Amino acid sequence: MIAVVGGAIRVSTPYLYVSLGETLTEKSGRVNLGLEGTLVMGAMSGYAIAYLTGSPWLGVLVAGAIGAGFGLLHAVVCSLPRVNDIAVGIALFLFGTGLAFFLGKPYIQPSAPRLPHLALGWWSSSPQIRVALEINALFVAGIVLALALRFILASTRWGLVVRTVGDNADAARALGYSLRGVRTLATMAGGFLAGVGGSFLSLYYPGTWNEGLSSGQGLMAIALVIFARWNPIHCFWVSLLFGAATALGPALQSIGYTSNYYLFNAAPYVLTLGLLVWSSSPRHALLGAPSELTISK
Amino acid sequence: MRGAAWAETAAISAAALLAALGVFGGFVALRGLNPLDVYAALVAGGFGSWFSLEETLTQAAPIMLTALCTALPARAGLLVIGGEGALVVGGVATVLAGVNLGGLPPPLAVALMCLAGALGGGLWVGVAGALRHWRGVNETIATLLLNYIAIAVMNHLVAGPIRDFGQVLKPASWAIGERLMIGTIPATGIHWGLVFGVVACVVTWVLMRHTIVGFAVDVVGGNVRAAQMVGLPIGAIVLATTVLGGAAAGLAGAIEVVAVHGFASSSLVVGYGYAGILVAFLARQNPLAVIAVAVLLGGITASGGLLQRRFGLPDAATLVLEGLLFIALLAANTLYGRFRRSSGD
Repeated sequence: MIAVVGGAIRVSTPYLYVSLGETLTEKSGRVNLGLEGTLVMGAMSGYAIAYLTGSPWLGVLVAGAIGAGFGLLHAVVCSLPRVNDIAVGIALFLFGTGLAFFLGKPYIQPSAPRLPHLALGWWSSSPQIRVALEINALFVAGIVLALALRFILASTRWGLVVRTVGDNADAARALGYSLRGVRTLATMAGGFLAGVGGSFLSLYYPGTWNEGLSSGQGLMAIALVIFARWNPIHCFWVSLLFGAATALGPALQSIGYTSNYYLFNAAPYVLTLGLLVWSSSPRHALLGAPSELTISK
Repeated sequence: MRGAAWAETAAISAAALLAALGVFGGFVALRGLNPLDVYAALVAGGFGSWFSLEETLTQAAPIMLTALCTALPARAGLLVIGGEGALVVGGVATVLAGVNLGGLPPPLAVALMCLAGALGGGLWVGVAGALRHWRGVNETIATLLLNYIAIAVMNHLVAGPIRDFGQVLKPASWAIGERLMIGTIPATGIHWGLVFGVVACVVTWVLMRHTIVGFAVDVVGGNVRAAQMVGLPIGAIVLATTVLGGAAAGLAGAIEVVAVHGFASSSLVVGYGYAGILVAFLARQNPLAVIAVAVLLGGITASGGLLQRRFGLPDAATLVLEGLLFIALLAANTLYGRFRRSSGD
């Protein structure tokens, strides 16, 4: 049980970052399916920078910057007329993964410094609890970020502008806001967060760089955003839920229950599909979805 | 004026190809290589010798079929990315059919196995089509999720229920046996899957371009309201294109089993489905163009080995080139119609 909680927290951190980033992007009315590529690029560049400079935090920052760069590329290509944002996302997914493997080959062997963690298990004498409660700093930052994003989207002028652009492009245009500008910034910020999420994979857990590092977390986070109904706070809980679903398999395996291991891996996808089927309707768009979004039409 | 439209497509595609190759040249130049040498190796590795051509065409065969999985529903206005999952389901269905039909004469058994693969893939993607029509579920997200579910189910099956414990290197399903494997086209090293792929593309093209059904699909894809007004059965068309598209990708899985592996395992999950999406977009959802583009992409993939051996480039180099090509082509979409003086062609 404690292993599942600890595992859920570890596994959910990249989900949290990618889903928060995607929420912001989708709130502005764009879908970026390429965040899987951004995540892998973030993992690679974060690891490489941490190895070359010895500073894992610099790695996180560079991973974010690279992610923002990918977001910019997505936004620029999408802002051309008659270009489908979902297709561009798939292209960036291929390109980001390929580029990360291409440039990351030399960094598979050496080991880079890892990110620090906060030992919240000091009160317990049980070593299992201590290990399980070694909370990574990025997870804590992610919680703060979820709260901040919720506040920004709900209660600030910027948040209102982003939501207007995403919900009613004509109204936003009439108010004199640049759709292209707002969407570009939102996609770049989303890419930044996905890059940071990627650096968590290589710099904390599992904590190495190799080509099998991401098992589709970036794509799953897209489903997660739908599950969370575009609400940053829900993103946090759903990330934990997805993380727990992923951690459940190995945890059960460690206590000797090995059958159906792979079926547990499918659980988050089945859950999301079930939720989509349940909440969709041919008569109206998805509840809570920004109405300019291509996937809710 | 169809000639002008063709010329426009060819010119824009060629420009995008050149742009992608240019950026790719920049990447290899960063590694201290001469881009021109790498281009030459790309051509040599894909098309330079009979041997590399065989490899190219072998790679192209499954991609043609997975491309149809995106291209066919696209004509009805759907963006389906479920080729990878349908291929996996098709492969598993083929194995299940194979171990149960082993007693039949091989040609009949193989035909039934391929049918089972196509049926499996068709039903799998058809689910997304049905959800789209009756529940309004976005087909892109649904097929993306279905890919992961298919892979997880296959991993589950080959790890236990249908595992061949004789295979120790990695979990794999029961083998269908040498007797049920199909060989290569006479006098070549290319398996029969290429014929399946080309025939499927041509049949799809005839169906789409020269039948009333194909025209109806285009109307649904062009304007759903208009299709409703003239009383087209939209649900049936959405369902049919997704089932047929899924069947094509399922057939790709069947061919991978009966012509290459002989069993189902994670070797089915090598990205043919995602490459198919790329090919469908490059071919602008035209089934005949799919054949040519799949061969081009097969050539790029096939030359990966040579790039690795000759220049020490990582095998992901071809993936980078494919990604660049895809981005360049999508961006080039915006150029259509800009070079024509009159819009009324």
